[in-house]
Amino acid sequence: MSKMKGTQAIIKCLQEEGVELLFGYPGGAVIELYDELCKSDIRHILVRHEQGAVHAADGFARSTGKVGVALLTSGPGATNGVTAIATAYCDSIPLVVLTGQVPRALIGNDAFQEVDIVGITRPCTKHNYLVYDPEELIPTLREAFYLAASGRPGPVLVDLPKDVMASLLTYPPKKPIKMQTYQPNVNPHPNQVEKACRACLRAKRPVLYVGGGVILSGANEELTTLARRLNIPVTMTLMGLGGFPGTDPLSLGMLGMHGSYAANMSVAKSDLLIAVGSRFDDRVTGRLDAFAPQARIIHIDIDPSSISKNVGVDIPIVADCKLALQAMNAWIDKSGDFNPREVAELHQPWIDQVKEWDDKHPLTYVEDGDVIKPQYVIETLHKLTGGDAIITTEVGQNQMWAAQFYKFNHPRRLLTSGGLGTMGYGLPAAIGAQMAFPEATVVDVAGDGSIQMNIQELATARECGAHVKIAILNNNYLGMVRQWQELFYNRHYASTVMEITPDFVALAQAYGAVGLRARTRAEVEPVIREALATKNVVIMDFSIAREEGVFPMVPAGKATTEMLLV
Amino acid sequence: MKHTLSVLLRNRPGALSRVTGLFSGRCFNIESLCVAETYDPQISCLTVVTRGEAAIIEQITKQLHKLIDVIKVNDVSEGEFVEREMALIRVRAEAGTRAEVLRIIDIFRGKVVDVSPNSYALEITGSESKIKAVIDILKPLGIKEIVRTGKIAMARAPKK
Repeated sequence: MSKMKGTQAIIKCLQEEGVELLFGYPGGAVIELYDELCKSDIRHILVRHEQGAVHAADGFARSTGKVGVALLTSGPGATNGVTAIATAYCDSIPLVVLTGQVPRALIGNDAFQEVDIVGITRPCTKHNYLVYDPEELIPTLREAFYLAASGRPGPVLVDLPKDVMASLLTYPPKKPIKMQTYQPNVNPHPNQVEKACRACLRAKRPVLYVGGGVILSGANEELTTLARRLNIPVTMTLMGLGGFPGTDPLSLGMLGMHGSYAANMSVAKSDLLIAVGSRFDDRVTGRLDAFAPQARIIHIDIDPSSISKNVGVDIPIVADCKLALQAMNAWIDKSGDFNPREVAELHQPWIDQVKEWDDKHPLTYVEDGDVIKPQYVIETLHKLTGGDAIITTEVGQNQMWAAQFYKFNHPRRLLTSGGLGTMGYGLPAAIGAQMAFPEATVVDVAGDGSIQMNIQELATARECGAHVKIAILNNNYLGMVRQWQELFYNRHYASTVMEITPDFVALAQAYGAVGLRARTRAEVEPVIREALATKNVVIMDFSIAREEGVFPMVPAGKATTEMLLV
Repeated sequence: MKHTLSVLLRNRPGALSRVTGLFSGRCFNIESLCVAETYDPQISCLTVVTRGEAAIIEQITKQLHKLIDVIKVNDVSEGEFVEREMALIRVRAEAGTRAEVLRIIDIFRGKVVDVSPNSYALEITGSESKIKAVIDILKPLGIKEIVRTGKIAMARAPKK
């Protein structure tokens, strides 16, 4: 068989895997790969910092459901990517990250720009590889794509020594991947499905508690069917928002630390909690012994290690969420024992109770004359984008306000760092999503603190024509930490006051983008309208009520029923 | 509760470090660890002794399973099993005590593997409690050095 150069083989393999777009930053160890890459029809987006490359690939992956790809050089290039790799790992996002490595003969010699990136990323990747044998290069890449996308998805890193990429190798024919040690279980066990269905049909106060797994497996329709036919209220984690229509009467919005009153009360009083693709994170459960104390728990998850990790589960279903919900719907269709309509009626008093909680303490905020309330900005954004934009967020108050007040009706419209909570995620992720959907409206909801963590990507956005819109909720504070200091540290604002903040309008202009400012409530709507109509990158700088807080709030370590309300 | 887990994993660079990294990263405890190639040179067997409540052991087992390099995890201590540990013990053996050391090691069915004018190196195999008993008995004679393997374990075959 004829031989092929490693770099050419990599490009061919990426094309076979359907990669049309990748994000990266060149350097010595990958210079030959770049030479080949930029001769191919794969589009490469040059970022301004490697963290941005991996976040952009992540934004691409979250918005499309495909594997995102990033290419970094060795040493600092690779280490700069680590935070973004960990971000994707915590939220189970499929990525393949290619890193250059020094030639094999130099590995272990403390060579220039050498770092043991496989060692460094071992705990924050689903799996990783150092390719040592050129003949293993292509099989390894294929395995990486397979691992990233299958089972519980996650980032996979492949470290490529420079001389391996320069070697001649035989390009192996593509064949189905079978791994002895990795066979995720996607099909639900029929007995467990039946048990779960019977529990749903018998429960008087059931609640669906839905997480990112529903988005990842594309189970939103099956979920919506189940919830509506059995009349079961649905609450979502941050990662699950959009998995069920946020404007549906059965939606309770988000639960947990900044969840709605109705969501947290419903879970606390439920007799059956149906967890679908969620993982009982501490931000959701609050004090564990007070979480859903009266409920039997059904847990559908593809990862067996998620089951009974934090909370004991009565009916586990290890499976892909979509297949499990399909199986439940099918069982209910076929079973003669129950009439779904009667069950729906049976649940009505519970629904009435939930509504009562929601009426008593709806998600709300207090207007204050001319002052811009951040929640109003999000609501206006929702109105003017028809609730149909792709929203990315940074981390902190901006993230929570976006989650609470932008009612997501569709999956893959909220891209946010949920597990790791990475400030600086929003802008590069927005670029990734915009490159995937050039016609979509993509808005990064940011704070004045976190936007500065990856502000350099403005240049990337301008260069690649990603006309993202950035809404900075500017309070000159690191707002979420300030809020904790206000509530729990006697208003001692230790290092949360941003004394110097750039003039974001001038900064936007410096990058050739458009900067708009709103100082009063009346200016909010015109600014958003203008931004949405502008074919360029736009920064909207909203001077918001400085000490506005995110409420409801469950203080850390408290029961979720112990909420601080507006 | 003490548990002995037998883990089969692909014999690949870094595989062991994935396992030990998992234990340290999640604050699981390792009492002893022993790893070597199996009959199939592509596969290593790792025996780890750990401690924890049932829920912790369940998490350890599940998390180990999640590692791509791990083929199989078996909590051998759940059923009948044989476990062995080996120790090499260098003990002071001078004119007055040389015979005594030999007598002791004979009782425990150990062997002398190295001799010097004032010491014996002894090899002893057995359960943890047996090794401990040998050490306790030899202590008054003067132990100069001990090297232990950590435990290896095998589930007993079904009797029917």
